[in-house]
Amino acid sequence: MSARARFALWLALLTLFVYALFGLVVGVLWLDLDQPQRLQLRALLGERVALFVMLALLLPFALGGLMRWWFNAYPATAQRMAEELAVVHTVNPEHRLTIVGGQEMRLLGDAINVFADAHRRLAGQVQLRVDEANHRLVEEKNRLAALMSELAQSVLVCNAEGRVLLYNPRAAQLLAADVPTAGGAPVGLGRSIFGILERSQIMHALDRITRRLEQQADHPVAHFVTTRGDQLLRVQMAPVLDAQAEISGFVLMLEDITRSVASDSRRERLMHQLTEGSRAALANIRAAAETVLQYPDMEAEQRRRFSVVIRDEAEAMSARLDAAATAEAAALGGVWPLEDMLAADLVFALQRNLERHLGLAAACRDQAEPLWLSVDSHALVQALTYLMSRVAATFGIRSVVIETAAAGRFVRLTLSWNGPAPEAQALRQWQAASYAGNLDAGGPSLDTLLQRHGGEMWSQTDRVSGLSGLCLQLPSASPAPLVHAPGTLASRPVYYDFDLFSRTVQTPELDDRSLADLSYTVFDTETTGLEPSDGDEIISIGAVRIVNGRLLRQECFDRLVKPLRSVKRESQQIHGITTQMLAGQPGIEQVLPLFARFAEDTVLVAHNAAFDMRFLQLAEARTGVAFTQPVLDTLMLSALAHPGHPDAEHQLERIAMRLGVATIGRHTALGDAMVTGEVFLKLVPLLAERGIHTLKQAREASQKSQYAKLEY
Amino acid sequence: MTQTILIADDEPNIVISLEYLLQRDGYRVVVARDGQEALDAIAASPPDLVLLDVMLPRVSGYEVCQTIRENPALAGMRIVMLTAKGRDVEMSKGLALGANAYVTKPFSTQALLAQVRALLGGA
Repeated sequence: MSARARFALWLALLTLFVYALFGLVVGVLWLDLDQPQRLQLRALLGERVALFVMLALLLPFALGGLMRWWFNAYPATAQRMAEELAVVHTVNPEHRLTIVGGQEMRLLGDAINVFADAHRRLAGQVQLRVDEANHRLVEEKNRLAALMSELAQSVLVCNAEGRVLLYNPRAAQLLAADVPTAGGAPVGLGRSIFGILERSQIMHALDRITRRLEQQADHPVAHFVTTRGDQLLRVQMAPVLDAQAEISGFVLMLEDITRSVASDSRRERLMHQLTEGSRAALANIRAAAETVLQYPDMEAEQRRRFSVVIRDEAEAMSARLDAAATAEAAALGGVWPLEDMLAADLVFALQRNLERHLGLAAACRDQAEPLWLSVDSHALVQALTYLMSRVAATFGIRSVVIETAAAGRFVRLTLSWNGPAPEAQALRQWQAASYAGNLDAGGPSLDTLLQRHGGEMWSQTDRVSGLSGLCLQLPSASPAPLVHAPGTLASRPVYYDFDLFSRTVQTPELDDRSLADLSYTVFDTETTGLEPSDGDEIISIGAVRIVNGRLLRQECFDRLVKPLRSVKRESQQIHGITTQMLAGQPGIEQVLPLFARFAEDTVLVAHNAAFDMRFLQLAEARTGVAFTQPVLDTLMLSALAHPGHPDAEHQLERIAMRLGVATIGRHTALGDAMVTGEVFLKLVPLLAERGIHTLKQAREASQKSQYAKLEY
Repeated sequence: MTQTILIADDEPNIVISLEYLLQRDGYRVVVARDGQEALDAIAASPPDLVLLDVMLPRVSGYEVCQTIRENPALAGMRIVMLTAKGRDVEMSKGLALGANAYVTKPFSTQALLAQVRALLGGA
């Protein structure tokens, strides 16, 4: 019942009540009076009937005024307070009750406001604590991420079901995509490790760890060796335990042992060649020698034959030994902890050491192109510093110039100074002496170092300039692959997502899952033209992943494709890709399987997806790759979120502008995919407001949209 | 009666010594250059003892040894395996296949001769 109706009802009841009360009083009085009194009263009142009727008619208005005042002061105020209180505890904690109404209601209002203040302060403190804790958490996560990205080891962390929730750049590099064999999926957040490494081996290792945990072993870790394409990987697995000591995930440390295994087996072969290979020859020599010794009466001709055997076998053995020694020297390099470094870095270290310990002013003359060395840099710097200390003491020199230069497959490091060169004999002595600072002859010397590095050293003098120098020649190394630092990105790249720890299984019922939870591959293509049915083809595919509601900018796919036909001029004007630029690029047969691998296990998202999907479908016959996963279209989703906007407002650029997404790098496949991805993330909450929460709802609503009828 | 020894080895430089030593010791010596030749020589006229190299061309020493032991008519034939493979596992394989002795190269000729004498002395 409305307030107005209630008011009317109460007013009517009250008026009737007053009438009834008055009638009752008059009736009782009337019965109590005797006849003459009654006549007297009738005479007295009869003349004033009009007045009484007037009074009776006015009564409801008087009562109405009184009741209105009371209503406003109490029940209406209470209702209003209740509404305002709802505002305070839901949307605006800063709001305070307006103090109106009766005195008691004002008191109540004041009390409520005081309570709201106290509540606000408390909530503020709680929020502060929460923010602090969150901040610490983020800091810790960032620290971990920073640590991980600096690690030289490849690290992957997975949750219990094998989804990757952290990886470092080394791991991304080691497990680079483009391995066409099974188990060659690229590494990425939320991806299954079983697509990356052999499933059975991981499960076996997990079993072993579970067993070790049951036995309460000290270090419940497992090792295994697995292959991925041509790579041989040694994997160490350690469990991540939750509060109940159950396995909630695992850490994998990966090491590429392809090279070291090759060198190990080479060394083994050498060893075998030396031992087993010598047995037969030694047996022949020994038997012949013993025979000759045992029968001194042997005929001369016979004796000569035995001698020939001994000589031939000994010669063959010498040759074998020489060959083995050469091979051994090559293989020995791996035994010592040599690291790949830039020659310039070695020179810098040497320069600082010379200045600090010898007070020698050292100038560097750098080589423009980077030269790589495989060295034990600490030992080399120590040894060269010792050598220069002897040179400086002998010739009294104060400054030295350090130069590096490439010399064939060697790097030549020259230390030169103004003055005489050391005598060959002195140099030999210094090279053989221990550089470690003591006079212990057994200490390491520059000679042993040179041997280890496969290097040589000599002194030289330029008579014209009067400069003398020491040349150190070391074998150059192939450059260590640089970890690509994603420095162009504004924010620290996302290499982890610990929320995935608690994520449950990616159920087959994708349809019922919330749009905010799903993993997506947002993609875009550039094409030779706009008519797929007329033979236009894909020339570029760009894609980026969304996992757990975040756009993973560093996990992207960006490929050019060489088409069979040439690029139409009008399309070229849009994307700027010419037919010449595509020469030498792989065909769609190579690129599409890689893209399928990239998009595995995810929902596809594109702007005007029907167009791109049509191209993918037409390529299916040539590539044998079918994209069967669900597809969402940001064009349709935008129309669902903002049905009131005209068609032109659902172009990618317009949506992006409306939703506050920066559009940089438009009209490259990857740039458009990124914009589409951000737009999609902004559309998800807008769709939720319109009751579209799950994939199924989004797909069904899309199908009813007017844009669903577009055909390509 | 002169006892016969078959030397099955493809290395002439060891055969020359063994042949000379065994002949000087009074044995009749037959030489085979590979496993098949050895089997043929055994079939033609069974020797009392075979000095058998493991790494023979065509048919390996192990196979020759196995073939001899599978033939009951040759049960009394002594087999001494000579080999440049020094690992225990190979030695135990040779003995398991029925060799009477297993000698790893390089060896002392005196010790080998003593072993041959001991093996044939019992015959």
